[in-house]
Amino acid sequence: MEPIDSSLVDWSRAQFALTAMYHWLFVPLTLGLGVVMAIMETLYVRTGREFWKRTAQFWMKLFGINFAMGVATGIILEFEFGTNWSNYSWFVGDIFGAPLAIEGILAFFMESTFIAVMYFGWNKVSKRAHLASTWLTIIGATISAWWILVANAWMQHPVGMEFNPDTVRNEMVDFAAVAFSPVAVVKFCHTVSSSWVLGAVFVVGVSCWYLLCGRHCEFALSSIRVAAWFGLFAALITAHTGHQSGRDIALYQPMKLAAAEGLYEGGTEQGLVLGGILRPGADWTAGSDDRFLLKVELPYALSYLATHDLQGYVPGIRNLLEGGYKLPDGSVALSAEEMMKRGRVAIDALAKYRAASTPEEKAAALAVLRANFPWFGYGYLKSPGELVPSVPLTFYSFRIMVMLGGYFIVLFAGLLLLGQRVTRWKLVQLAVVLTIPLAWLASQAGWVVAEVGRQPWAIQGLLPNVAAISRLDVSSVQTTFYIFLALFTLLLVAELGIMGKAIAAGPETDSTSA
Amino acid sequence: MNDLTFLQQYWWFLVSLLGALLVFLMFVQGGQSLIWTLGRTEEQRRMLLLATGRKWELTFTTLVTFGGAFFASFPLFYSTSFGGAYWVWVIILLCFVIQAVSYEFQLRRGNVLGTTTYRLFLLLNGILGPLLIGTAVGTFFTGAEFVVNKAAVASPAMPVISYWVGPWHGLEAALVPQNLMLGMSVLLLTRVLACLYFLGCMDDETLRENCRRRLRIESGFFLLFFLTWLVRWLLSAGFAYEPGSGFVYMETYKYLHNLLAMPGVAALLLIGVLLVLGGMAGGFYGRRRAFWLAGPGSVLVVLALLLCAGWNNTAYYPSVASLQSSLTIANSSSSLFTLKTMTIVSFIIPAVLAYIAWAWRALDRDPITAEEAESEH
Repeated sequence: MEPIDSSLVDWSRAQFALTAMYHWLFVPLTLGLGVVMAIMETLYVRTGREFWKRTAQFWMKLFGINFAMGVATGIILEFEFGTNWSNYSWFVGDIFGAPLAIEGILAFFMESTFIAVMYFGWNKVSKRAHLASTWLTIIGATISAWWILVANAWMQHPVGMEFNPDTVRNEMVDFAAVAFSPVAVVKFCHTVSSSWVLGAVFVVGVSCWYLLCGRHCEFALSSIRVAAWFGLFAALITAHTGHQSGRDIALYQPMKLAAAEGLYEGGTEQGLVLGGILRPGADWTAGSDDRFLLKVELPYALSYLATHDLQGYVPGIRNLLEGGYKLPDGSVALSAEEMMKRGRVAIDALAKYRAASTPEEKAAALAVLRANFPWFGYGYLKSPGELVPSVPLTFYSFRIMVMLGGYFIVLFAGLLLLGQRVTRWKLVQLAVVLTIPLAWLASQAGWVVAEVGRQPWAIQGLLPNVAAISRLDVSSVQTTFYIFLALFTLLLVAELGIMGKAIAAGPETDSTSA
Repeated sequence: MNDLTFLQQYWWFLVSLLGALLVFLMFVQGGQSLIWTLGRTEEQRRMLLLATGRKWELTFTTLVTFGGAFFASFPLFYSTSFGGAYWVWVIILLCFVIQAVSYEFQLRRGNVLGTTTYRLFLLLNGILGPLLIGTAVGTFFTGAEFVVNKAAVASPAMPVISYWVGPWHGLEAALVPQNLMLGMSVLLLTRVLACLYFLGCMDDETLRENCRRRLRIESGFFLLFFLTWLVRWLLSAGFAYEPGSGFVYMETYKYLHNLLAMPGVAALLLIGVLLVLGGMAGGFYGRRRAFWLAGPGSVLVVLALLLCAGWNNTAYYPSVASLQSSLTIANSSSSLFTLKTMTIVSFIIPAVLAYIAWAWRALDRDPITAEEAESEH
């Protein structure tokens, strides 16, 4: 039988990355801006001031433009699990499908029903029913994020399932373990709060643009006040959950942590790299050269982050490949070669189980399969080097995300301290406007760390990409990749054009001066 | 009937119901395909687009949930059909991608492509969406070119368990007249439903008269295609399997036998057809509520057909390349635990239907006027 073409894996990954990254341009703004506009409509209902209604309606207009793009790019992602990752869909569909279906039933219908009331219902339902519809739209979007992040967290840290050799797939045995896995909870809080940050940055950025132009100043100052409080609150949660997420990665995905830190040789009392430049072209799978041109470290911080102990041991890439170090449970880590060997034994035992003609043969094969199943996925790998993700991409993305996260806290706190005086600080206004794209950069960088850092796994330790794909011609996937690239880019340009015009036109509030 | 068998039947019912609701809600697509046919002036076109624009997301969500529910309950179908019939599904998805932005973007300033382009997108989605979905569903009765071999997981060099035999990855389904006839029936049904919906929600006599006239033409073509398809379907051989062994074989008049073996399903089909006919007749006389006869009628018809595809020991996704690879609700479902869990979640569906009904009523209480269409944009 013809083996899998490695370029098929690469193109399938590229297509998924492309569609996911496009989708993630729009989703965080939906989640963040949605809350801001809902707060503003709440102020309208509580105070009865028409000003807040107009303010909420302006942000709603931008929300709608962005929402449409989120929907357009999102439908592809759901079906791509089938079109491009069909083996994955069978191998773990029993677990992974459930969150997607629940997302549809619980969240998408809520979103799509109430968004229609939100846009078309101003004169058709009562004020309070309209406000409820606005909140339910954003709650629906947030519940949707919960379920898709449960699914993603499960891929990072698979729990609550057992392998069934008769159906040749993993089957769910504990729904609560999947739906409320601590990794999923942290991931949800981190992702949603970072989306709130992005929404808040967008609102303060657009508002500062009005201040720079000397237009809609009352609107701008009111929007900044709401968004800066909300943004500061969200940025602090993001920082806290980011720390928890780091701890989860240290526990369940140590290779991702090593790549994010550029840590080749691990040890105790490890420092956290605050900033650094990696040596271009360095081989991260072997050798002993220094891999940094420059780095600034915070002593002991990585050990503390990973183990909550300043002297804690953190394995580097070499240690993870060669094994031999002591794991937290007291056992000794296996080498990558050994894990691959055991994985091949597991796969071979599965073949024997399927071919067995007597109960004794089946039982013997099953015993071997069970004993070696923890390394099943490693059996598909050809060399230990495949276990090392792209270190530069993970390393730099991590730093971009963390540094920008810190900057956003300072930004929101600064805006709150300045209050009305921000109208006099043109440079600050300009800086805030220029911050808008940085929010997207931080958000995308976060996903790069999460997804590139866990390569080569579709499901951590269980199923590598090479065993998860659909059997297609490479040319088909290449063609669809370029179709999606062209279409999404075209629509993005259109969206930016519409957003730009809508912002230039401004809100329909009465006041245009400070 | 044990727990697993019962839940497989239950989930096939739910997936079929979602599919049936999707076809009903595709009146939105039918409406889009008639923008220029019914709307002779810009004002009328805006009114038509406002009417479907309030509902498109519901159709879209039903499609996405249909996919999600299929994935959760019958993952082998998701894996086999989407991964194999690649091009059909990609084209269908692209049709929906361009729809998703078009309502919002079409009249906005700075939209780069211009209003007409977005309306052409809506037209494309309106025609290709129902046509291709109908054609793809046609393969539930005529078969597709795939092979499933679960043992492949134990072959590290090529562990993919299902693959398409032909080079066209699903496009070949459009060359089967029976599939195409079903696709045309779905398209024409959505146009009939759209005419009826517009009849009920427009406050413009000229537009309503256009809808009434168009309804006669669309109804005639729909009946021609659908009844031809239905007769051929009843007389065709189908894909049956033995419940114990799972062995798949061809059975003459299988779908006719299914209707005879399941009188409840036959009754659904009959009532559904009568309701659709009643709705059409009401529409000919300009009745505003005719949509609410034909709509539920179409749900019952599609539900009955899909139940015939999967219930009564029928292979719902037959393989013409390897008969024993055919998918049945027994060999392609999720585990008992997952189906049970999902069943608990499904109990929330009545609440979802209730709030959808509230929102629908709230937005459609008053007929759409030209002034409203102008102000919404």
